[in-house]
Amino acid sequence: MEIPYAVKPRPDTGLYNAKVGIWLFLASEVMLFGAFFSTYILLRVQAPHGFWPEVALGWPHGLLNIPIGTFNTAVLITSSVTVVMAWIALKQNEFARFRKFMAITIACALGFLVIKTFEYKEKFGHYVIQLADGSRITGHLDVQGKSPLFWTKKNLEDAKLESLKVLEDIPNKFRFPVGHAIPEDVHKAHAEGHHHKDREIPVSDIVSLKAFIPSTHPFFAIYFTMTFLHGLHVLGGALVLFYFGFIGTRLWKTNPEQFTNRVEVGGLFWHFVDLVWIFLFPVVYLL
Amino acid sequence: MQTAITHPGAGSVHAGAHAHDHHEPSFLTKYVFSTDHKIIGIQYGLTSLLFLFFGFMLMLAMRQQLAYPGKPIPVVGGLLNKVLGPDMAADGVMQADLYNAFGAMHGTIMVFLAIVPLAFGAFGNYVTPLQIGAPDMAFPRLNMASYHFFFWGGVVMLASFFVPGGAAKSGWTSYSPLATVADLNNYIDGQTLWLIGMVLLITSSLLGAVNFIATIIQLRAKGMTWMRLPFFVWAQFVTGFLLLLAFPPLEAAGLLQLSDNILGTSFFLPTGLVYNSQPLDVSGGGSPLLWQHLFWFLAHPEVYVLILPAMGIVAEVIANNTRKPLWGYRSLVYAVLAIGFLAFIVWAHHMYMTGMGTKIATFFQTTTMMISIPSVIILTALFISLWGGSIRFNTPMLFALSFLPMFGIGGLTGLPLGLNAADIYLHDSYYVIGHFHYVVAPGTIFGLFAGVYFWYPKITGRMMNEFWGRVHWIISLVAMNLIFAPMFIQGIRGMSRRMYDGGATYFAEGVGADPGVLWLNKFITHGAMLLALGQIPFIINFFWSIRNGRKVTSDNPWQATTLDWQTPTPPPHGNFAETPVVYRGPYEYSVPGAKQDFTPQSQPN
Repeated sequence: MEIPYAVKPRPDTGLYNAKVGIWLFLASEVMLFGAFFSTYILLRVQAPHGFWPEVALGWPHGLLNIPIGTFNTAVLITSSVTVVMAWIALKQNEFARFRKFMAITIACALGFLVIKTFEYKEKFGHYVIQLADGSRITGHLDVQGKSPLFWTKKNLEDAKLESLKVLEDIPNKFRFPVGHAIPEDVHKAHAEGHHHKDREIPVSDIVSLKAFIPSTHPFFAIYFTMTFLHGLHVLGGALVLFYFGFIGTRLWKTNPEQFTNRVEVGGLFWHFVDLVWIFLFPVVYLL
Repeated sequence: MQTAITHPGAGSVHAGAHAHDHHEPSFLTKYVFSTDHKIIGIQYGLTSLLFLFFGFMLMLAMRQQLAYPGKPIPVVGGLLNKVLGPDMAADGVMQADLYNAFGAMHGTIMVFLAIVPLAFGAFGNYVTPLQIGAPDMAFPRLNMASYHFFFWGGVVMLASFFVPGGAAKSGWTSYSPLATVADLNNYIDGQTLWLIGMVLLITSSLLGAVNFIATIIQLRAKGMTWMRLPFFVWAQFVTGFLLLLAFPPLEAAGLLQLSDNILGTSFFLPTGLVYNSQPLDVSGGGSPLLWQHLFWFLAHPEVYVLILPAMGIVAEVIANNTRKPLWGYRSLVYAVLAIGFLAFIVWAHHMYMTGMGTKIATFFQTTTMMISIPSVIILTALFISLWGGSIRFNTPMLFALSFLPMFGIGGLTGLPLGLNAADIYLHDSYYVIGHFHYVVAPGTIFGLFAGVYFWYPKITGRMMNEFWGRVHWIISLVAMNLIFAPMFIQGIRGMSRRMYDGGATYFAEGVGADPGVLWLNKFITHGAMLLALGQIPFIINFFWSIRNGRKVTSDNPWQATTLDWQTPTPPPHGNFAETPVVYRGPYEYSVPGAKQDFTPQSQPN
């Protein structure tokens, strides 16, 4: 029993079935990520004015590394181009070229994920510390030369530390959006190329210690949720493209048109994943 | 021929040119992992009917508590105590937590595990490809995956009853912060499993929606133009879009609430929340309103998902049993498309009490009033379709006919709820429960019963027993009115919903509210017992008739015009002996000058 228009397009719509299917699926994905973007907007709009961590639930700024994010954006855009090149190669009956471009696409995807992992790791070792005098500072820790992840006050007690070496953040320039004056000492530190200042804090002065994880602040909650979900889509898409490029290739011999259609559908999904990042990057990193 | 499954490399298509494997598929391949839309439709049908039964049982237990508060539940009280423990059912008496758990799960199971899978998954899957002249759905394997996501989602939901703390007990609406604080002690609690179950069920619906829409667009037979589609197909088409576009925000919300419950985030938890006199150890900064917006953005279109397939079934049964075309086919189509669009912009009429400003309330009130127009157009067209008809009062038609006034009552009682000012009084009262049950119970469910009796002969080759069908119908009709009509009175007199003591607190000595409606709790419970009795002939009839029902003597026992009746009985794999070609519209009954009083769509002259 054959399903009509699985490979050859239906004349009045001009589409084969899987293309209709993937566009419908992408419409639902737009609604999914749209809900997350709406969540971001609502959480940010209702946050009290003022910067975190000075204001307890104020919105943080300047915590994400923009050059790295920009590089990641370029990586994904490149992979969108190469996946189309792969599809074109199939249309031109050049299987080896198709494989080459699929490999580059997947390499870009993996590169994106590796970079994301480093970004995440940096967050897990980045802390907000509530001090006894009521102030809050942020920074990384130096415990015997190592930068530990996910520590809390309990870890300090278990390690029987008397004092904690904190590489306290000096706010970078993105912390001060256009129109806000940059304090003199911060300006001086930037000019000298410093990003943090070393500080030794007695453990008894530390009320609480929390890494930059989702439960610490709604910003981290939505940042990790959206980027993780996006990352899952990158991974899933990369796995499917890998399957098409290197595992399920027998179909190229038996039904090249259907095989090409599959790559096209996979490519469409890949463009969507890229498009989500094109929105995610400015919203979370830049704005 | 199940070769499509046994040759995964070839995909769901295989070029007619190569040789087919004729080995017999295993039981698993044929019945558990089938990719045939008819088998999948039956799978959905049987599973959803089981869940309908289970949800019904939950309600009966709750009604026992409402009618006889503090008394042990008959028959199952001891079992509940033994299985769920004294926190839930000490001495067989339903405790508040159990009432809330049953209430939340009754709603969840009925909406997501019973009605949608029956209306969309079962009837949609079985009938749609037949009515458009297709050999199967566009994506048969995706179809199989949809069923399995549904099935395992249901298993997770059922499992949630047995974890410490019991099933989710924060309403089917699962509002934060209650949904997060209700069981602070356990990570894997009923609410967590509810959320995981919902993610699975939503995935099932999304994949199903993609399949339905792609199938209707791409696989219509030659000559089956859009305006020749049976109204049932149009209804399923719009339902597909509602599911496709409305479910993802709830999936997002579910993931966010899961994060709140397991990872300790504060997406929906406001700052400064204190629970049991302790400030909650969370960051705060979240918004309970955010959950409500995301939830209702789905849940409002969801109610149209519940009703549209039933309207589609009723339309088919009415056209067939009046022996004339539906009145206003074009109006029906445009109305259902309008409902599909408007459904997305009315959701906050469920949130009038959240302190929204008058401008926003006015917007949602306006769109809510607007959406009643296409709904009334559909109902009116169906009513007018009866005029001048030669009506056959068989069981499917009895259910379809009574659907009309019942849905009318349900719809009309929704109007004061949609008006902000009246809703201030009626929100969260029993009036709301009366309203929505009228639309779903003697509304949708009657449409679905009509569908069961109507398509049973196509699926099994036998008719269900007509006498017991009528008994089932009349008892159900009477009982449902006995149950739900008094709820309007209780609601208007101030009785609040979701109170395990049946409102006694509000009507206690000295509180001041008039307890004159409390006796109705007993009345309603007796109505529910009558409804339960009335389902017994249906259940017996359903199973008995598979082997013993009157065999049909033709493939088209109802003498219907649509393509689903032009197949062998039951339809084989691939559905049609030859690919059908369509020459005419879907309801060519009593065409002047024709030999018979019906002319099938595939008949050329």
